[in-house]
Amino acid sequence: MSVIPRVTWFSDDDRNKIIDEAKQILEELGVFVENEEARELLDGAGAKIDGNRAYIPTAIVEKALETAPGRVLLYDRHGEIAMDLGGDRIHFNPGSAALRIFDRDSGDARTPVTADVIRYARLTDALPGYAAQSTGVIPGDVPENIADSYRVFLGLLHSTKPVVTGTFRVEAFAVMHSMLSAVAGGEKALRERPNAIFDCCPSPPLSWSDLTCQALIDCARAGLPAELVSMPLTGATSPVTLAGAVTQHCAENLSGITIHQLAHAGSPIIYGGSPACFDMKKGTTPMGAIETMMIDGAYAEVGKALGVPTHAYMALSDSKPVDYQAGMETAMGAIVAAMSGVNNISGPGMLDFESCQSLEKLVLDNEICCMALRLTAGIELRDDPVALPVIAAGIEKKEFLSLPHTKKWFRQEAYMPGDVIERGSLEQWRANGKKTAFDRAGDQVDRLLETHEVELLDAEVKKHITGLMIEESKKAGMDKLPST
Amino acid sequence: MREHLKSCAQAVLDGESEIAEELARLTLEKKMDLLEVIENGFVAGIREVGKLWEEGILFLPELVMGAEAMKAAMELLQPALETEGSDREKVGHVVIGTIEGDIHDIGKTLVATMLSANGFKITDLGADVPAVRFVDEAEKNDADCIAISALLTTTMPGQKKVIEELDKRSMRSRVKVMVGGAPCDEKWAAEIGADGYAGDAVAAVSLARSLTGRG
Repeated sequence: MSVIPRVTWFSDDDRNKIIDEAKQILEELGVFVENEEARELLDGAGAKIDGNRAYIPTAIVEKALETAPGRVLLYDRHGEIAMDLGGDRIHFNPGSAALRIFDRDSGDARTPVTADVIRYARLTDALPGYAAQSTGVIPGDVPENIADSYRVFLGLLHSTKPVVTGTFRVEAFAVMHSMLSAVAGGEKALRERPNAIFDCCPSPPLSWSDLTCQALIDCARAGLPAELVSMPLTGATSPVTLAGAVTQHCAENLSGITIHQLAHAGSPIIYGGSPACFDMKKGTTPMGAIETMMIDGAYAEVGKALGVPTHAYMALSDSKPVDYQAGMETAMGAIVAAMSGVNNISGPGMLDFESCQSLEKLVLDNEICCMALRLTAGIELRDDPVALPVIAAGIEKKEFLSLPHTKKWFRQEAYMPGDVIERGSLEQWRANGKKTAFDRAGDQVDRLLETHEVELLDAEVKKHITGLMIEESKKAGMDKLPST
Repeated sequence: MREHLKSCAQAVLDGESEIAEELARLTLEKKMDLLEVIENGFVAGIREVGKLWEEGILFLPELVMGAEAMKAAMELLQPALETEGSDREKVGHVVIGTIEGDIHDIGKTLVATMLSANGFKITDLGADVPAVRFVDEAEKNDADCIAISALLTTTMPGQKKVIEELDKRSMRSRVKVMVGGAPCDEKWAAEIGADGYAGDAVAAVSLARSLTGRG
């Protein structure tokens, strides 16, 4: 049995200190809770409520941690397990909710439209490095207040993978839930085999808006996995020290888990976030900063110690085009995430601080993800003796290529990258037109979109969810949806 | 006096609010020339902070601390200046906030702090502010300028609503509008008919100065 290569961020003592202090923060400083129902839940459990502030005793937090499941499963359209979140198992999915898409022809970012969202969903469906799809692009050709449900609608039509998503408005949950239920085969089936994760983002420091609180409660009751996306920004919305940010992150997550488990004990919840090491020059939130990745890896370790599945926004970049910086930051993040055992890693495809998706980058990042998955599979001995008889045979034949041992293991030992990774000779590269990785990725995007066939959604289900979506769009003042 | 002016500037440069406050108090006690101390002491300090920031030598925490120190001193000196009936030019009044639907506060607060440190009177409406409220407050305070922050492309159109509201109340000619926030740029400002765009807090100060002719 191989060892999973892992990094450790804290000593047991330091990690425990962070967890204890996070609990102390909830007791002494409390959390701001805008949602009345959430305050009532906390009040009923014995928290002290003062206006919108809830002071949560450690005992309530610990009880919530006891009922929160340690393993969360996500299913694809066929009801097969697509994500097994928990332990050190890692899964990648594209970064969610980009406002822009990188346009290959103009070399610049632009507002996405329905056709982009569809291409994005189909491409995610085709790429093996992604266990789930995400509602990664916000289409600009429908009214803002249905953009959330519309993304899920398109994702369900054009990919069989489970969806990482979220609501922009409190009212959107109901229709999104109806669509997901229809695809899963009913509300009960959805509860048993959830096909979506909902991101719920507290506002740092330690504040829950009405929208996120409601999403948390709605998810808990529907049995749909909620993912806490806590985002301390060092020195801007949290302590400047990395350990201080991890502590605040822990307190925010613990308060989320508590509200969630009070709404429905035992419902699936994921310890996650999107923190950043705030840039003190530009005032931005770099996802590609090594310190951002350190906070992510460190809080994942805390989450594991608390016994819940983990998530982080990693394997993405702040670069504007798909260039050296884009690849560098994405790959560093993916490897740190993988070696920290973050269960759900969201980010691939993303540029410009989580605000721009690129289809070409999605293809390139798929290679990074596949390599990271290979890395975490570790090194197995395979044979006993490990090498002696094979080397003996190799000496005799003066090569190893023709040995049965080589044929037996080479596919399992090495990940075979796609055409976007250049491993040919200089001559071949010249002969192929001196293409860059970005050029090759563009070629592959075109090829995959042309050849990949997404299994069609059951006609009845499609009709049903299309009806739901049309109803929503009419409410928003749009009579006809763009062609899907 | 020269030593005193130097200390005042240095206190702002170092971001030492307590020292700045102490020096302001000393200025009042010793009945020094207020205008001289403000202009050649504290303001000289904050100008230096702005310059070093633009040169990439200072970072955000230093910029904010410098502005805080400046504010601390001015809170003591401003009332005295007014009682004295000094002829320091009337300061500009800026109504600032983050537009409705948007809870991003940091950039906006930074701009408000820098404007305030540079002598502007500020009405900070916080985040998630409806367009109508910007105009209500501008009207109530007889403000010279409205500064609107938007960090999301989905909330940006709200900036335009503020301008429309100003038009509706025939206030557009006397209230300047400046916009900022990650998704905004010069082009956007021009598109919605704003008077200007600033990319950071120091640029916002120059813009407010040039728009209002004050500060």
